Amino acid sequence: MTEHYDIVIIGAGPAGMAAAQTAARHKAKILILDEQAAPGGQIYRASETNAKLDRPELGESYQSGLPLVHAFRESDVSYVPNANVWQLSEDREVGYSKDGIARMVIGKQVIVASGAQERPFPVPGWTLPGVMTVGAAQILLKESEIGIENAVFCGSGPLLYLVVHQYLMAGIPVKAVIDLQPGGNYFKALLKLPGALASLSKIIQGWGWKRDIVRAGVPLINGVSDLRISEYNAANGVEYYRAGRWHRLDSEHVLLHQGVVPNINISRAAGCDCQWNAVQCCWNVVVDDWFESSLSGIAVAGDGAFIGGGVAAEYSGCIAALGALAKIRRIDNRERDRLAHPIRAAYTKEMRLRPFIDALFKPAKHFRIPKEDDVVVCRCEEISVAQLREVIDIGCPGPNQLKSFSRCGMGPCQGRFCGLTVSELIADITGKTIEEVGYYRLRSPIKPLRLGELANLNFPSGD
Amino acid sequence: MVSVTFDGKPLQLCGGLSVAAALLEAGIGHFRETPVTGSPRAPFCMMGVCFDCLLIIDGIANQQACMTQVRKGMIIERQSGSADAIAQGDRS
Amino acid sequence: MAPSANSDVVVIGGGLHGCSTALHLALRGISVTLLEKDYVGRHASGVNAGGVRRLGRHIAEIPLSIASAKIWHSIIDLVDDDCGFTPSAQISVAENDFQIEQLQQRVNQLQKLGFDHEKLIDQETLRELLPEVSGHCAGGMIVEGDGHANPFRTVQAFRRKCQQLGVRILESSKVENISRKANTWQISLQGQRLESPVVVNCAGAWGGKIAAMLGESIPVEARAPMLMITARMPSFLSPVVGAQGRTLSFKQFANGTVLVGGGHEGSALPESNKTRLDYAGLATNARTAVEIFPIMREAQVVRCWAGIEGIMPDVIPVIGSGQAEGVFHAFGFSAHGFQLGPIGGRIISELVIDGSSSLPIEAFRADRFAK
Repeated sequence: MTEHYDIVIIGAGPAGMAAAQTAARHKAKILILDEQAAPGGQIYRASETNAKLDRPELGESYQSGLPLVHAFRESDVSYVPNANVWQLSEDREVGYSKDGIARMVIGKQVIVASGAQERPFPVPGWTLPGVMTVGAAQILLKESEIGIENAVFCGSGPLLYLVVHQYLMAGIPVKAVIDLQPGGNYFKALLKLPGALASLSKIIQGWGWKRDIVRAGVPLINGVSDLRISEYNAANGVEYYRAGRWHRLDSEHVLLHQGVVPNINISRAAGCDCQWNAVQCCWNVVVDDWFESSLSGIAVAGDGAFIGGGVAAEYSGCIAALGALAKIRRIDNRERDRLAHPIRAAYTKEMRLRPFIDALFKPAKHFRIPKEDDVVVCRCEEISVAQLREVIDIGCPGPNQLKSFSRCGMGPCQGRFCGLTVSELIADITGKTIEEVGYYRLRSPIKPLRLGELANLNFPSGD
Repeated sequence: MVSVTFDGKPLQLCGGLSVAAALLEAGIGHFRETPVTGSPRAPFCMMGVCFDCLLIIDGIANQQACMTQVRKGMIIERQSGSADAIAQGDRS
Repeated sequence: MAPSANSDVVVIGGGLHGCSTALHLALRGISVTLLEKDYVGRHASGVNAGGVRRLGRHIAEIPLSIASAKIWHSIIDLVDDDCGFTPSAQISVAENDFQIEQLQQRVNQLQKLGFDHEKLIDQETLRELLPEVSGHCAGGMIVEGDGHANPFRTVQAFRRKCQQLGVRILESSKVENISRKANTWQISLQGQRLESPVVVNCAGAWGGKIAAMLGESIPVEARAPMLMITARMPSFLSPVVGAQGRTLSFKQFANGTVLVGGGHEGSALPESNKTRLDYAGLATNARTAVEIFPIMREAQVVRCWAGIEGIMPDVIPVIGSGQAEGVFHAFGFSAHGFQLGPIGGRIISELVIDGSSSLPIEAFRADRFAK
């Protein structure tokens, strides 16, 4: 059983699928690993099953992913769904488990296409049953045709409005939308508008969604500066602060969203350099023109490196694959550049809207850096703001000391839902820059694996 | 519909869904109690990132319910605090 | 460049031994400056398995270990913090009769030397103490009154006490050069210079580098023993467990998580503070754990890591005075220095102030490798 590949791709979202397809065209030996049961990532999740059903409510942009999924299925690659990738080493050894068996494979090149995740949304009560992300609601809608009725949608960002719109098209009642976008963003975004005018249609589409929501009679509440979810054992309402006082909406379902951020755990654990993106308020993986990271032979494409959206992810996957193919001499550099040229043009065009979107939807500081003592920062270990402040005062000036002292970040999610909050909170309290504060030191396994699996780990035969 | 056992009682779930989606659909409001304070939790992200939907499935603890497909005859249990991982009678 | 405010002693290295040394000196009225190139507890001291054991020590270490154990049992009196110290038995499991024989010989040897803390236990007793141990395990060796503590918390407790006693701790302060001028040592850092008549080298895996700056050649190697921690499991284990015939260290904390280690090594990159994991070694470690405790098969490994340890060729530390005047060393604890932290600092303080140690440290001479 050979476990050596030309290119190992981690993730079968748009970036991963596009990379696989591109590489397969040049007869490279490809392995693509994905933790979900079907390809598509999150943005095109359940594309294949929905193609067999009649689901116009999901919108055109979702349907546009289907050709990519089909083309991916036709590609001559080894595709392993339900694969739990738990390690990527600097030397391009990829450890993964499937059906209870752990394996190690080696790629001459690796393309990480780990995609995006929801940004943490630390408000009082965000850990209560009945509170989910808007992305979770969309997954339930796409995959299971389940709608969460009479939910209050809170937050900001294009995905929030897309899903509310999908709900309306599907006839699922929405209780209210609480828009937490800071008013000041509009002005800053206007400065970026000239560059975005090439993608005017998208901007118009977004306004169209808002208009439809209002027309459907769904309350759209702006000017909110604070939010709490009550109550003791499960969500039963949202309290929001507006116009000088607290207001309340009863609901057992609260859906939160304030943008998506790159899922960087595997890249960080491997040792890729990251940098802070001050507009998006998240970490980006440092990559070159071919999406190669600071580690030779390891590329990071799509939203897993920095947020650009599903279409940009596809282009970046293609470019990363071409770069990888040239490095293993499947194609020469001239051929690589020739093939990449039109894709780069499309990619650049697609990315022109980003500065505008990023400025417009930059999440409010108050919802990134919680102040109330009892807000849970680390969901897994239930560490509150008050506890973190105490530990920082004792003398733990960084996320790693904090982790050692308080277990914050030591739970199974490995900091995915607390890391950003912790880094920003420490920077805020100590006055250091976020670059100085840094981030958790991540190691593999980036997802848990059973000790029994590890004990029986199959290693590649020596070469 | 698919027959499973949930916390010792028979339950009918929609087939073709993740365990998390199916349980939510069936009206199950909380999935586990946290190890530190015993607080109730339910799925949060539905995509395998938050680790809040952990259940004991077929005797194995810490399973992400959103990443596991419903299967006929599945034995599903709420996970309470620390997980139950004692294998049945295997000391050899 | 004018030297900064000086102290009687400069300690290089902010791990547990550096902090313990600084603390014991300060308790006797000595002014100390502690220099740490990263942050206190950043390396081995902060990320080790936390074992507090007398079990299985090198013969030369036993008197030190016994003295240190006494301090551990009332550590709160020393540093105003219990350091998460949990007393428990330490057991080394024998998997076959040959290993039982080896343990018997060890117990005999220790008794001849006057030590009776290690005792043999038979299979029945082993199973009573370790109900989940695999049926094939034949017996073991036990020390009652050992235990484990929280390493990072321990170093921070020592550090806080040091600061209360006036020790000046400079972090992010890497020593670049040391030179001799008249009767003092001139220590150059980035941006400042310190002067001190006495330098104590507690630089762990970097101890060889500091020794070289002090004009000595001491062969310490940076290595990276690996550890794994699992998700919480129901409480099944109270003693800390090792295996006589294989590399294993195994303990369950009050919060239910299980720590698996023992010494399989990754690779250490001390220049960049990095370590790399070796999954072949982790797999072997996992296999050992599962074979000795079958219930661990379903345990979820949540994190693996490796700290940077200083390993000596004979696997015992360097403790004692250096070649030049005013130089002392306490490093190279070879992945078993945590329990010796409290006593190590006291020994160095005795050497510095009284000129001799109350415990036998001949075996740890710094010059034992000199040709």
